[in-house]
Amino acid sequence: MMSQPLLDVQGLSKHFGGFTALDNVSLHVEPGERFGLIGPNGSGKTTMINCISGALINEAGKVVFQGRDITGLKPHQRTHLGIARSFQLPRPFASMTVLENLCIPLEYATDSRTTMAERRAEGMQILELIGLADKAEEHSGGLTQIDMRKLELARAMAAKPDLLISDEAMAGLSGAEVNEILGRLFTLNERGVGVIMIEHVMKAVMQFSQRIVVLDAGKKIAEGTPDEIVSNPLVEKAYLGE
Amino acid sequence: MRVASFWPVSAVLFVGVTAATFFVNEYYVVAGYMVLQGLIMATAWNILGGFTGYVNFGSAGFFALGAYTSVVLYTAIDPPLWVVIPAAAIVCGLLGLGAGYLTLRLRGVYFAIATLALAIVLETLMVNWDYVGGATGAFIITPDVPLFASYNAFLFVIMLALAIGSVGLARYLNHSRIGRGLTAIRDDEVAAECAGVPTLRLKLISTTIMGAMMGIAGSLYPYFVTFVEPLSAFNLIVAVNAIAMPMIGGTSSWIGPVIGALLLGSVQEWTKVNISSELNLLIVGVLLVGFVALAPRGILGLAQDFRARLRGPQKKEQGDDEPAAA
Repeated sequence: MMSQPLLDVQGLSKHFGGFTALDNVSLHVEPGERFGLIGPNGSGKTTMINCISGALINEAGKVVFQGRDITGLKPHQRTHLGIARSFQLPRPFASMTVLENLCIPLEYATDSRTTMAERRAEGMQILELIGLADKAEEHSGGLTQIDMRKLELARAMAAKPDLLISDEAMAGLSGAEVNEILGRLFTLNERGVGVIMIEHVMKAVMQFSQRIVVLDAGKKIAEGTPDEIVSNPLVEKAYLGE
Repeated sequence: MRVASFWPVSAVLFVGVTAATFFVNEYYVVAGYMVLQGLIMATAWNILGGFTGYVNFGSAGFFALGAYTSVVLYTAIDPPLWVVIPAAAIVCGLLGLGAGYLTLRLRGVYFAIATLALAIVLETLMVNWDYVGGATGAFIITPDVPLFASYNAFLFVIMLALAIGSVGLARYLNHSRIGRGLTAIRDDEVAAECAGVPTLRLKLISTTIMGAMMGIAGSLYPYFVTFVEPLSAFNLIVAVNAIAMPMIGGTSSWIGPVIGALLLGSVQEWTKVNISSELNLLIVGVLLVGFVALAPRGILGLAQDFRARLRGPQKKEQGDDEPAAA
């Protein structure tokens, strides 16, 4: 465990007016780790990943990625460095086909200059991995919910990240669909990508994560393996009250 | 095929139309100039409005600033046109750059309102600036041009070259890396940024090119009408046309504003002479409302739908074959 962490969040704080969304939260993710971030609604999970991906800039604390302080960098710069995210509510490029959606990060998120044909070929590989290859030429605006979620993950993967942030990729899906998305995330993780999973579907987080951090009201209240988290009285209190 | 033939076709068109200016009645040259002016404005508007998804209501402000750049230069040193046109492009490009920074905080309808306000501020400045004639306006005396049929024909030929250049640039943007990034911004700016697209830089490129192009369209206007005052330079019809032409033609591609400008511009010039010069705006309005309500993707959209319908039955057969084969 002497190697530097993939992501090191140090003492992060974020306020919205008088409301404290995050209060001195620290967490770290190892390279290739499967990491779960959970907490009740309004606990600051989404604020945390917005601060990691750059959509919000934290007021106090540091975000260090692969040994480099990235606090203050713009989202597209962080994507370039290897942080990709999917969105809770799918945000496809609706005028483009599924494959064209992937070609945007394939063209913009990496330094290498590629031809359109190379990008399309690479995009197809990712779509096959994620199980969307048969819909490659369909318009992304008309996809079903589960296919939208898959597209979110595929587009994030097309940025060739070292860290993938999956923001509630399974909310509202059926049991079989949850298992399908979960399987895809395991596949991506096997390729060496560290994954932060933000999720309300507890079964999925517990099954997926090697380590979990629990947020409540902007504070970190617990950290540990899924088993430790389940038996933690503070976590139970946060979710169910006293 | 279409990719390779744009510049040869444009060159032939340029030579042919230039030659025609020596033989036709000057009215056609004047009408043609107005159509080309609309074409450049529409192409410029569409780079921001159609490709990037930011609606500019202040086109008349950019156009008039280009015109007034010419007036200032003419009053000061009367330089040749090859100085005036780039100068107007630079001034209006800088204004476009400034408008680009507005997109940091203003999106959607708020950006549109800000551009409208920008035009009004500029108009107020010009009305109160005596050096450029204030509210009374400024005269420009045009020189003789030996090689051309008339000075208007000379301006028309320059405008034709500028229009071809503008459309060429828009066409290049449409098919380039920048164009693909702009499309991503138009579809979803947040997702584009997270996909690695440097959204601010691309938006600034987009607004700057739009501004410069509109400035170019405006820079020749004082020489064309030889008298500029704020009311005509900041004319509502300029702003409305810049929006209406791309909307009627179709905003998704560079060819849309070209189709819209040629169609709407010609109809306007025809009406001006044959029916009434006041009916112009009414026609634009009715056409715009009609297209927005019935064919929101413009003539291009109608053409695509028509082609899809022609190919429709075949595609279904292919779709049926696939599961059987698999």
